[in-house]
Amino acid sequence: MSLLDIKGLAVRLGANTVLHDIDLNIGRGEIVTIVGPNGSGKSTLLRAIIGAINPSAGQVRRKPDLRIGYVPQQLHIDPTLPLTVRRFLGLPRRVSAATALAALEQAGVAPLADRPMSGLSGGQFQRVLLARALLEQPELLILDEATQGLDQPGSAAFYRRIENVRARLGCAVLMVSHDLHVVMSASDRVICLNGHICCEGAPKHVASAPEYRALFGAGTQGALALYRHHHSHDHDHDHDTPEAAI
Amino acid sequence: MNFLDDFIIRAALAGLGVAVAAAPLGCFVVWRRMAYFGEATAHAAILGVALSLALSLPVFAGVLTVALLMALTVSTLSGRGYAMDTLLGVMAHASLAAGLVAVSFLTGVRVDLMAYLFGDILAVSRGDLAVIWGGAGIVTTLVVWRWSALLTATLNTDLAYASGIDPRREQLILTLALAVVVAVAIKVVGALLIAAMLIIPAAAARSFSRTPEAMALVAAGIGAVSALGGLAASWHFDTPTGPTIVCVSALLFAGSAMGAPLRRSG
Repeated sequence: MSLLDIKGLAVRLGANTVLHDIDLNIGRGEIVTIVGPNGSGKSTLLRAIIGAINPSAGQVRRKPDLRIGYVPQQLHIDPTLPLTVRRFLGLPRRVSAATALAALEQAGVAPLADRPMSGLSGGQFQRVLLARALLEQPELLILDEATQGLDQPGSAAFYRRIENVRARLGCAVLMVSHDLHVVMSASDRVICLNGHICCEGAPKHVASAPEYRALFGAGTQGALALYRHHHSHDHDHDHDTPEAAI
Repeated sequence: MNFLDDFIIRAALAGLGVAVAAAPLGCFVVWRRMAYFGEATAHAAILGVALSLALSLPVFAGVLTVALLMALTVSTLSGRGYAMDTLLGVMAHASLAAGLVAVSFLTGVRVDLMAYLFGDILAVSRGDLAVIWGGAGIVTTLVVWRWSALLTATLNTDLAYASGIDPRREQLILTLALAVVVAVAIKVVGALLIAAMLIIPAAAARSFSRTPEAMALVAAGIGAVSALGGLAASWHFDTPTGPTIVCVSALLFAGSAMGAPLRRSG
């Protein structure tokens, strides 16, 4: 059985329909990446999958007792909350010192165990978030723009780490990303989202699909394409104003 | 002669009970930026006092009910896009004003309003003591039982959902515990100063703590020192006890805040 089976999912936030007609299936060990312009509903889809948002139509079926490791887009820790890296890893389930250290080693930040979370750099913080997600022994690892704020080499290294994790734990990975060229090389399957699923498939297939080009421009090389894409694309779908929905 | 016969002993035990119950909850109030929320719930307590006197109910029951209703109302409305500080400003003062007006209608009952606004710790009876420690026990048990889930939900609601924790449920538990603390603390520090007992010890504990658990324990210690120190000081200087306890607590906070840059442990 697949880990996750979504049928006819629609999500409405206030008056906006952010997502509609989403069918998505994720099998064991797959790396699936969601790409799409700002406001296309990427984060909303992830939040519907973890159960933080109730769908207005359709259903999200998780394998019973599915273990999810979740790495949020950003995590603001209130400065009044004292939290060491070690303690953070034990939320919500306490872990032994050895287990915590092993997870930090896997994420490449073992020396940071006793540091306060507030003293970490952006890259260290992301890796600690990853270490915590790994402690859940996830069958499905979900990352929401986990490389936001990292530079090019930093995010490339982060994705290599994700591939290593998949190879070692055998977990499926579902991620949202803006780093198009990295995504293209690191994913088994790419889903191009803009309120609905415009196109999906192997990275090569998606990169050449007219729907994808309409969203991201012909070149997949630079990030510039992402910001210059036209919303008035012409593949025959009906788009609700994606800018309005975040 | 039983040692509970001494009113000073009863006052000290009452103060310690409130300090113990308020400390961990106060930490959550600070971490979740609910300071004004605590205040609104506490102010509503005066309305609860008026209602319980009018209906001849125990004050504890009336205050608990109204504080709970207030907390639930605010929790519910906050999810609907009202500006939180405005909403709380309206509710806190409206309920305080309504309470004061309601008390004035109570003919035939002599109400010492000051005792409910600022507390009357020296008049704590054995029955009050049982209510205070009973409430403290319930709140502490609740918070210890849900600790990890509460902490995860406080950190980030999406992290909580992904781990199978419903943050709305945890919010409800905090709300419930907050209402209990307000109901037991009204006798000790009064409706106007309850929020101080929640927030000040927790804020003072921050710079001494590296983990959330340490902060809750240090807050309980600071709360206990404030209660006992305030009691002693009010005896010595012949000042009102509730406000004196809060003053000692504020002094400890000031000391901690001034010492903080020297330690800077994060």
